[in-house]
Amino acid sequence: MAKIEKGSWVEIEHIVLQPEERAQNLPEDTKKTPYVMRLSGFLTTDAEIGDEVTVKSLIGREHQGILKTVNPSYNHSFGPTMAELLHIGIDKEEA
Amino acid sequence: MSARDNSYSAVMARSNEIMKASVGMDYDDYISSPIAFDYERMMRDTGYSHEEIVKIQAETKVGNTPLFELRRLTEAVRKISEPGKGARILLKDEAANASGSFKARRAALSVFEAAKKGFKGVVAATSGNYGAAVASQANQRGLKCIVIQEVYDSRGVGQPEIIEKGRKCEAYGAEVIKLTVGPELFYIHLLTLEQTGFFNASLYTPFGIRGVETLGTEIVEQVRARYGQDPDAVIITQAGGGNLTGTARGILAAGAHDTRIVACSVDLSGLHMASDTDFNKKSFTTGHTGFGVPFATWPDRADVPRNAARSLRYMDEYQLVTQGEVFYVTELLTKLEGIERGPAGNTSLTAAVAMARQMDRDQIVVVQETEYTGAGKHHNSQLSFARENGIKVYVGDPAENVPGKTIVLPERLEQVRGKAQDMDSLRHSYLRNAAKRHPVEAWTDEDIAFLAADIKSTPDWVRASLPQGE
Repeated sequence: MAKIEKGSWVEIEHIVLQPEERAQNLPEDTKKTPYVMRLSGFLTTDAEIGDEVTVKSLIGREHQGILKTVNPSYNHSFGPTMAELLHIGIDKEEA
Repeated sequence: MSARDNSYSAVMARSNEIMKASVGMDYDDYISSPIAFDYERMMRDTGYSHEEIVKIQAETKVGNTPLFELRRLTEAVRKISEPGKGARILLKDEAANASGSFKARRAALSVFEAAKKGFKGVVAATSGNYGAAVASQANQRGLKCIVIQEVYDSRGVGQPEIIEKGRKCEAYGAEVIKLTVGPELFYIHLLTLEQTGFFNASLYTPFGIRGVETLGTEIVEQVRARYGQDPDAVIITQAGGGNLTGTARGILAAGAHDTRIVACSVDLSGLHMASDTDFNKKSFTTGHTGFGVPFATWPDRADVPRNAARSLRYMDEYQLVTQGEVFYVTELLTKLEGIERGPAGNTSLTAAVAMARQMDRDQIVVVQETEYTGAGKHHNSQLSFARENGIKVYVGDPAENVPGKTIVLPERLEQVRGKAQDMDSLRHSYLRNAAKRHPVEAWTDEDIAFLAADIKSTPDWVRASLPQGE
């Protein structure tokens, strides 16, 4: 596996609570899942994907978790065009 | 040095002491019974005058936002109204605040207070625009910022709107803790406050609410200056209740006692807010009934011992709109008024359209906020995400909207109708919630006076409406 260098911007994942440790009164579907945290930060040592690592967040705090992603990015978009919206506001009665 | 027990139960048990240290105020000073507390004194003790708040906000690019008359939308409403009907619709463009929403008002005073008290950083637990607002304000006061967000379902899928809000927080240099669905967010919040010693920039402290008062005051001043009258109704999107509480307090402080205070939420009844599978079946992440109704009917479910946001105290009406109606009106705002704004901020615009039709032409209805828009925070993103998650999206009769199953975009403006909630049933629900916390038999005259004020009613009404068998 490729080595990821110290200082790389990465995302870690950490299981905060196992299903049996979770709050009472949760809906059935939620109760079955672990409570998971993700966080991005700078890797403090060389590591590989899947390693337990420490990262330093943008404000300099350290967090531990499993290394999941290198250079995590935002890919959200406007989504595929919804033709249903295009007709709104161009009909006579509204304009 | 012995390590503290950071298990779920141990941290939750330390909740009160963590809160006290992180808000810098002792709620016990105001609490006189499990129900009653001195709300007005708590608000006064923030120690800021209206003028000081205006000045603090102006320093960090907050406030004095434009008030636009929506001329073409008003015309469109008049065309479908009875003769003489169709109130003038005005829009307060809160997207003009630093970070792009009214939440900057709420963050400005909290962050100023945190800096004044010597805290090194601030923590906000929110998946809403508030995170970016706090991060933006923290930058301007030289403080560090941590935002704790509920982002993902158990598949690791997040709604585009929340992803965008996380991006914005990170863009401002905040540490963003991204969590899966569940109320345990409060546990992480407490743990983070304890580990960092940072200020709890809760949405629900007196500072957060007093910061919104300037919005109400500005609206009244701007309407008076331009139209020589007070607004007849101000429509306010309702989630946790702070938006309504702060705005209404500002309106009253400006002396506009006859202005009707109207709450509005997107109707998401039937969806469970803590359900992993329902999480991505809603297209609105805030401003909906999943927060709006529980917080109206019991404000003290917040992350502080007593909530400064007490919406029923000020509310005259509560309108519900469907997701499809809001998306339709968002598109109409773009096409008719030539401005693009985020859908959640247009919840109140949707109710305003429905209400303006019933109001006289010489009346004025004010839509009290807008929010920024962009990738993710856009009705096209939200609708396409809904379709990907199995929601049926089509054009038709909005009465067919079923939260979590269908989103129906109206065919015509006249189908945008909204739906009024019965205020007395909300008040009854509040009293039932109060009875769960403190038995009715133990309610004192002071408790009853507090409850009456808190639901905008009278002690006699409360006495005649005591919950039975709780």
